[in-house]
Amino acid sequence: MQLTVGPNQFFWPAQRWAALYTDLASAPVDRVVLGELVCSKRLPFYQDQIPQAIASLTEAGKQVALTSLALVTLKRERKQTADLAATGVEVEINDLTGLSYLPEGTAFSVGPLVNVYNEGTLVWLASRGANRICLPPELPLASVATLAKTGADLGVAIEVWGHGRQPLAISGRCYHARLHGRTKDNCQFACEDDPDGLAVRTLDDQPFLAMNGVQTLSHSYACSVHQIDALRESGVSAIRLSPQSSGFIDLCHLYRQLLDNECDGQHVVDALVKSDENIQLSDGFLTGDRGVDWSGEPSPT
Amino acid sequence: MVMEIVCPAGTPAALRAAVKAGAHTVYCGFNDETNARNFPGLNFDRAEMREGVAFAHTHGAKVLVAINTFPRAGDEVIWHRAVCDAGASGADAIILADPGLLDYAARNHSGLRRHLSVQAAAANADAINFYAESFGIKRVVLPRVLSVSEIAEINAETRVETEVFVFGGLCVMAEGRCSLSSYVTGKSPNMNGICSPASHVEYHETDGVLDARLGGYTIHRIAKDASAPYPTLCKGCFGAGDKSGHLFEDPVSLNAEQLIPQLLKAGVTALKIEGRQRSRSYVVQVVRNFRAAVDALENGKPMPKGMLANLSEGQAMTTGAYKKTWR
Repeated sequence: MQLTVGPNQFFWPAQRWAALYTDLASAPVDRVVLGELVCSKRLPFYQDQIPQAIASLTEAGKQVALTSLALVTLKRERKQTADLAATGVEVEINDLTGLSYLPEGTAFSVGPLVNVYNEGTLVWLASRGANRICLPPELPLASVATLAKTGADLGVAIEVWGHGRQPLAISGRCYHARLHGRTKDNCQFACEDDPDGLAVRTLDDQPFLAMNGVQTLSHSYACSVHQIDALRESGVSAIRLSPQSSGFIDLCHLYRQLLDNECDGQHVVDALVKSDENIQLSDGFLTGDRGVDWSGEPSPT
Repeated sequence: MVMEIVCPAGTPAALRAAVKAGAHTVYCGFNDETNARNFPGLNFDRAEMREGVAFAHTHGAKVLVAINTFPRAGDEVIWHRAVCDAGASGADAIILADPGLLDYAARNHSGLRRHLSVQAAAANADAINFYAESFGIKRVVLPRVLSVSEIAEINAETRVETEVFVFGGLCVMAEGRCSLSSYVTGKSPNMNGICSPASHVEYHETDGVLDARLGGYTIHRIAKDASAPYPTLCKGCFGAGDKSGHLFEDPVSLNAEQLIPQLLKAGVTALKIEGRQRSRSYVVQVVRNFRAAVDALENGKPMPKGMLANLSEGQAMTTGAYKKTWR
């Protein structure tokens, strides 16, 4: 199985952003998707770093793709999305807007924010040129297995959200700006203060969600380590890891060892808990009654 | 007709009431997981749908059938059958969100008019035109993330008719792209047609304080005598940093009645009222008021003012994303 690194969902300073991709060039991952997924206002701050990141990753033998924006409403955002088609780099569409600019027959990949819930949609996307699909995090194992089979028949690689805070919603409204009493147009980039999102707590003070500008994520980190065998047996081709601000390269190594049968899932969990004793893990979308559930030993909440 | 009023009908009785109250069009769904209001006791069986369509047509109204959840892998036939049965019932159009289902309908039922559901979250002219080219959609229900001026820009760039929500519940997240409910309850709008289901709501009273929990998470806390809003996840009360409150959205509902003239100017074809889960009397009152508003507009008379405030169940009203400052 391959390891894919998804686009960084958060707003990091350009230097930190660039450092991630420098480090990933020598990390044991097969594929890296980069670019801006969440908010078009962030892109100008690190856009000039992207060509160098692509060059060093490509030179290191990684497959590289550029993500399209998840929610496209403004003229500027349409242009940003249309421009991706002209880069010559494979595009990972995260909204069908991204597909509208690709000439028919262009190969592309599909990210987790496109609703691929069934064979009909998979077949249609394949007919348009999709060669790889990362399924929405919400899907249970049974759906994953059915879609992996359809994918195999069509030569479309199927990828699953393997690790990281899960994207649960995207909005026209910026919650970081709202929290600071501002509007989206005058956000003053409040989201930059929270490189892994800002914890949203319930009234009982449980950490629950993570706020990331216009995006809302789970507070828990999706963690597929106990489901790897089931995913492999289903024919899933790749596991997606979502960047986080600390320990990410170590995480890539841990998952590589797991996929290579050099350790078991519990070894990865133990290492995660050792580096952050408060970490909350979940794999409920794949295997539980609800997304927040965790199939392993109880984790702190 | 300057603008079409599109009304919800959760039951055959509500359909008949809406038509009699002056609805140009009624939308409804089958009583299963194929539509985004899959609530117990709601919606239409096959015979009821046929009868409902016949009744509407007799009275000069149209019926749209919402088949707007995302078919489950391995079970697409349930959704395919819903498309076939909607066509057989004589419905005027089907409202779909899933690309695979749109493709199926375009190939197998090309004569049945297709509308793009709000659940597809097509939020710009390029995406809308792409759906039109790919699947022949004739109308799009716009996601509730757009301002009136953005809607006008979309209409200038597409021949697809636009339908917008003007009254009722308000999703603050882009529709069809939200799994908050599924994260906490396992039931999702996309897969099950359910958001923040009542089966996962619990109320606990301690010392005169009432907690409302969804999936075990406390998201409302009020004095027990105060009126408790339903604990819809995105309208819950949370803390972040040193602040607390309704961080995503207040418990408000949408009311864009005063924006109707601007929406007309923006090129909008149809005004949609949310609420297939609402009572027949609610639907009648909302339909009458909106019909009066568009009739006034058509006859060059001033818009009636503040007519629906009493229908919001004590909730505050908002014009949502239609005003840019909402963002």
